Amino acid sequence: MRHLLAIEGLSPVVIGDLLNLAESYALLNRSGKTQRDRLRGRTLINLFFEDSTRTRTSFELAGKRLGADVINMSVSTSSVKKGETLLDTASTLNAMQCDLLVVRHDQSGAPNLLAQKVEAAVINAGDGMHEHPTQALLDALTIRRHRGKLEGLTVAICGDVAHSRVARSNIHLLNAMGCTVRVVGPTTLMPNSIAELGVTVFHDMPAGLEGVDVVMMLRLQKERMTRNLLPSSREYFRFFGLDAQKLAFAKPDALVMHPGPMNRGVEIDSAIADDPTHSVISEQVEMGVAVRMAVLDILSRPPAMPQGGRH
Amino acid sequence: MNGMVTNTLRDTVIAGARVIDPASGHDAVADVLIRNGLIADIGLGQGRPDGADYVDAMDAVLSPGLFDMRVELGEPGREDRETIKSVCRAAAAGGITSLCALPDSAPATDDPALVRALIARGEDTGSLSILPYGAVTRGCLGEQMAEMALMKEAGAVAFTDGARAIGPTRLMRLVLSYTKGFGGIVVQHPEDPSLAEGGAATQGELATRLGLPAIPAVAETIQVARDIALARNTGGRLHFAHISTGDALALIRAAKAEGLAVTCDTAPPYFDLNEIAIGNFRTYAKLSPPLRTEADREAVVAALADGTIDAVASDHQPRDADDKRLPFALASAGGTGIATLLPITLAQFHSGKIGLMRAIELMTAGPARVLGLSLGHIAKGAVADLCLFNPDRAWKIEAGKLPGKAQNTPFDGRAVEGRVLGTWKAGKRVFG
Repeated sequence: MRHLLAIEGLSPVVIGDLLNLAESYALLNRSGKTQRDRLRGRTLINLFFEDSTRTRTSFELAGKRLGADVINMSVSTSSVKKGETLLDTASTLNAMQCDLLVVRHDQSGAPNLLAQKVEAAVINAGDGMHEHPTQALLDALTIRRHRGKLEGLTVAICGDVAHSRVARSNIHLLNAMGCTVRVVGPTTLMPNSIAELGVTVFHDMPAGLEGVDVVMMLRLQKERMTRNLLPSSREYFRFFGLDAQKLAFAKPDALVMHPGPMNRGVEIDSAIADDPTHSVISEQVEMGVAVRMAVLDILSRPPAMPQGGRH
Repeated sequence: MNGMVTNTLRDTVIAGARVIDPASGHDAVADVLIRNGLIADIGLGQGRPDGADYVDAMDAVLSPGLFDMRVELGEPGREDRETIKSVCRAAAAGGITSLCALPDSAPATDDPALVRALIARGEDTGSLSILPYGAVTRGCLGEQMAEMALMKEAGAVAFTDGARAIGPTRLMRLVLSYTKGFGGIVVQHPEDPSLAEGGAATQGELATRLGLPAIPAVAETIQVARDIALARNTGGRLHFAHISTGDALALIRAAKAEGLAVTCDTAPPYFDLNEIAIGNFRTYAKLSPPLRTEADREAVVAALADGTIDAVASDHQPRDADDKRLPFALASAGGTGIATLLPITLAQFHSGKIGLMRAIELMTAGPARVLGLSLGHIAKGAVADLCLFNPDRAWKIEAGKLPGKAQNTPFDGRAVEGRVLGTWKAGKRVFG
């Protein structure tokens, strides 16, 4: 594996290997030990074109726990508007001899474009509405730790599926691992032809949550209201916000997940978000570091078949 | 255009070609004699007048010079992308002897003086007639009507706002009504602006997978349905450019059957490619309208065959690497097309969907009829604008190796059949 740009296209074997390695890093992290020689001398650059304290910090911590030199570059949109293109940035990074490049960008496909031009291994930390692979991996790891497996589980992904890279990566990953995937949300927040990705579509929360093992909530951005996709957050919460009443339709021991940051009272009721019998939201954050350590580790290994030369 | 017809040229005999003239239905092997820029004779056994250039054209097809009714020139305003000089080279190599220039340049062609200037620039080339479209609105901004009747007097062949749809219904109604008064033709970019805004790919599974903002096919259907209703209401003369969907074609087919003065063209990407070409964020296949589904592509092919589509235009839109090497949604839409118009259209002949006569008609007499022009035919006394090509010769389209400046072809890597061997403009050989 040279880059991690998307979950779509990854085989169940590769996903399983990543999760196993991440699991071992999760145990290592809990034991308080480190493996600082693993990436010693390597440079990891967090290149964020979009603000995200949470994901950036998670990658930073993952890199540091493995001994990499970590540099954070926040590229404000204004400097992009000044004319510096992604490819200018790519040549800058090549000159800096970066080994691992973590990219967050508001445009779908931006990491793919960078990957064509940089020598570093590129890790997609979220691109537009396309994918957020490490989020799907950390979600899967969290589920697996609680249920012991992924195969055979039914997962409902709820909310603004249309604009969600988290939803897309999770759909691909959960399908690859043998889960049954449902998407639940209002029609205006459901992307066209989403069923073709192998999901069942629901526009009614009770029906969509009926008997599921896992409820994944998505963040709803305020902007959706101003663009007339929804009339108000009040109406949204009434029909699509996760509260005890709606959660009662899921299995009694259903897991509740959220990629963060949460809009309490919009897509999720605080009482649910903070309920330790269902909510695994803080464990998701913990697994995020472990998954990112595994990804950095795998991508910095020499290729298995070296006859192709340095690439 | 009389500046192009000179008396200093030597006679030329193009001998033994299969001469196909869709305007008259002529399809037979013949020798064609060119004298003083005109076709002096057509028939077998012309002999070889003293001092004449002799072109042995066995196994080749001689057609009227191709007429490309939709080209963005790059000039004035974006000479970094393409110039009239570079378009001229590409056109000659592509067998094109006349083209219509879109008005949304900088400045826009919204004034009779600019129309005259563009015509003169074409005449100066000696190899290409530039037939300008006039802007419907000043600056192509969609607000205030431009001086269309004055521009028509100056030589504008029809009126359009180029890549921008004439959006407001009231404006479109007035434009169709006003142009009817002086015999003007309105060319529409059929895309509802509010549905298309911010979109980058056609709505569907692929756009959803890639997480790209989508343009639904219904954006085209709605605009076409509305404009047909307005054409019926006003009696105005309406032409739709680059139709890309089956639903819009069904509406146009019905409007024609009803007897409305409605015509349409399409461009090679819409019958040769589908949305899959954007694959892994391939911006060279980002076009406007966006590449559609396979079912839409098949509907476009059927409409080429049944006559619903009147013309094939290249929809040439020059872009450079800086316009294209961007994240997909930010990249500029548009592809080059001048150098590939003939072979991609011929692909429909090679696959048996249309005859050779029809293929040529779509690039010659077809667009001439749409615009009411007399060019694009081979007849005794006609101006000798000619294209000689081998319909079977194979080559590969490669970005970076095409004639002209802009190299943003959506057909990069495509193997095609059909190569231009020679192009004549008013009797002068300008290519081959």
